[in-house]
Amino acid sequence: MIWNEPKECMSRDERTAEQSQRLKETVNRVYHNVAFYRKKMQELGLEPGDIKGIEDIHKLPFTTKNDLRENYPFGLFAVPKSEIVRVHASSGTTGKPIVVGYTRKDIDLFSEVVARAYCCAGATKDDIVQIAYGYGLFTGGLGMHYGAEKLGAAVVPISGGNTEKQLALMQDFGSTILACTPSYAAFLSEAIEEAGIDKNQLQLKAGIFGAEPWSNEMRAKIEEGLGITAYDIYGLSEIIGPGVSCSCYVQEGLHVAEDHFYPEILDPETLKAVTPGTTGELVFTTITKEGMPLLRYRTRDLASLNYDACACGRTNVRMSKIQGRSDDMLIIRGVNVFPSQVESALLEIEEAKPHYMLIVDRVGTMDTLEIQVEIDDRYFSDEMVELNKVRQKIKHKVESILGISVNINLVEHKTIARSEGKAKRVIDRRKI
Amino acid sequence: MIIKQLTVFLQNDIGRLEELTRILGENDINISALSVAETETYGIMRMIVSDIDKAMDVLKDAEFTVKTTDVLSLQCPDIPGALHRALLVLSGAGISIRYMYGYSDAGIARLILKISDPEKGRELLENHLQSC
Repeated sequence: MIWNEPKECMSRDERTAEQSQRLKETVNRVYHNVAFYRKKMQELGLEPGDIKGIEDIHKLPFTTKNDLRENYPFGLFAVPKSEIVRVHASSGTTGKPIVVGYTRKDIDLFSEVVARAYCCAGATKDDIVQIAYGYGLFTGGLGMHYGAEKLGAAVVPISGGNTEKQLALMQDFGSTILACTPSYAAFLSEAIEEAGIDKNQLQLKAGIFGAEPWSNEMRAKIEEGLGITAYDIYGLSEIIGPGVSCSCYVQEGLHVAEDHFYPEILDPETLKAVTPGTTGELVFTTITKEGMPLLRYRTRDLASLNYDACACGRTNVRMSKIQGRSDDMLIIRGVNVFPSQVESALLEIEEAKPHYMLIVDRVGTMDTLEIQVEIDDRYFSDEMVELNKVRQKIKHKVESILGISVNINLVEHKTIARSEGKAKRVIDRRKI
Repeated sequence: MIIKQLTVFLQNDIGRLEELTRILGENDINISALSVAETETYGIMRMIVSDIDKAMDVLKDAEFTVKTTDVLSLQCPDIPGALHRALLVLSGAGISIRYMYGYSDAGIARLILKISDPEKGRELLENHLQSC
């Protein structure tokens, strides 16, 4: 079933006309209501009237994660605070999170695009959806929740973790759809096997997985382990949350809800459009959002766009799976990690030198993060107990900043390569 | 007596220990006692060497992380119960042992101890052992 056939299957001409109209309205709104954008546009000598259609989008200024941080918490809101009905936040790089605000209409829109994703995965109002994404400031849990309710499915809002209970309710309630991160889905499939549960006795038929990159190999493993079809959902809180795009049964890319979020693919160096089909940085402009509309937000995710018609009948553009990042952000167990966060943590610890290497790996289905830190001569001890104290101190500091568990390994000094230019700080051994 | 121990931080990489022994050998430095404490990824090698100043210099030049530590060196009778009686002296005086290593040969046991109060421990143990 296609949730919103008129919007998901419109012709390219109709779509362009609608996008043009919506972009003009958005530009007009942010110019008059958001000082940040007015200033940026004025610096470019740009007035709202200069944007005559979607073809003029390249004239508009970019928005970066740093812009959001500098306008923390509510500086980019385009409506009075009384119009905001919810805020979400994602982890930031320097302690301050990225905050997004939603009006009631934005929440409706959020629910709408997630409902489309459920339909893409073959869900109907008869389904029982077990939502094992975290609930709270993270957009995953509540986003998937509202979308499932909009569809009319029964929601089991169990949130993340508590694996035993996940398995018990999955069996007792006969959950048919699972929504969580792919790594947690893989973990659940192993737990099911270990618990001796026959996957054929489960009612599960589909999973909607996102919030972290995953490979086709991992998809196959999850599908086999849970006896389901796995679908990909993409999103980021800055734009709305999950539901920016999602895969359908054809499994050849993710349909972008481009009547709300206009995608561009740019060369991350020159910031010019690449030829269609080429991989580049994904940039989104929200063209209907009220609370916090963003112009040309640089996601730093690398992907390509495919405008060919899809066999499922939807005509909206499809984006490829995320191919990587144009910055150094890592996603580890669903959490965003920047090497610079580790660096600032180390700089606060006198026993550690700011020379480090992050080694990301996947053991079974779980991501692991090992941080190699050079031992400082001054704090080298002949007693193992003392060295372990140094290690524990570093571990606690880094974990409190990153929010995930890490393994700290002390290494000899000068063993981590020094570099004149951009130091290589990360070895990612995961096969994504 | 109190002597200087050489302590070296060693990564658990194949060949790292050989690098250390090569440098010591090439510089004519003899090792008379050693002990290694290890974890999964690194170890601490503690050694008594013939020329500690030279050893420190050549290892630092080779980018090893090194330090010296005061430890107690003892000779103890190589008979059952002798070590136990020596340790009773330390615990009786409230002195704790951080680590120790040793061996015995030809009727004499040699011990290296890192203790919480090296000076007091030395005095007590040397008096005790003279009376053995």
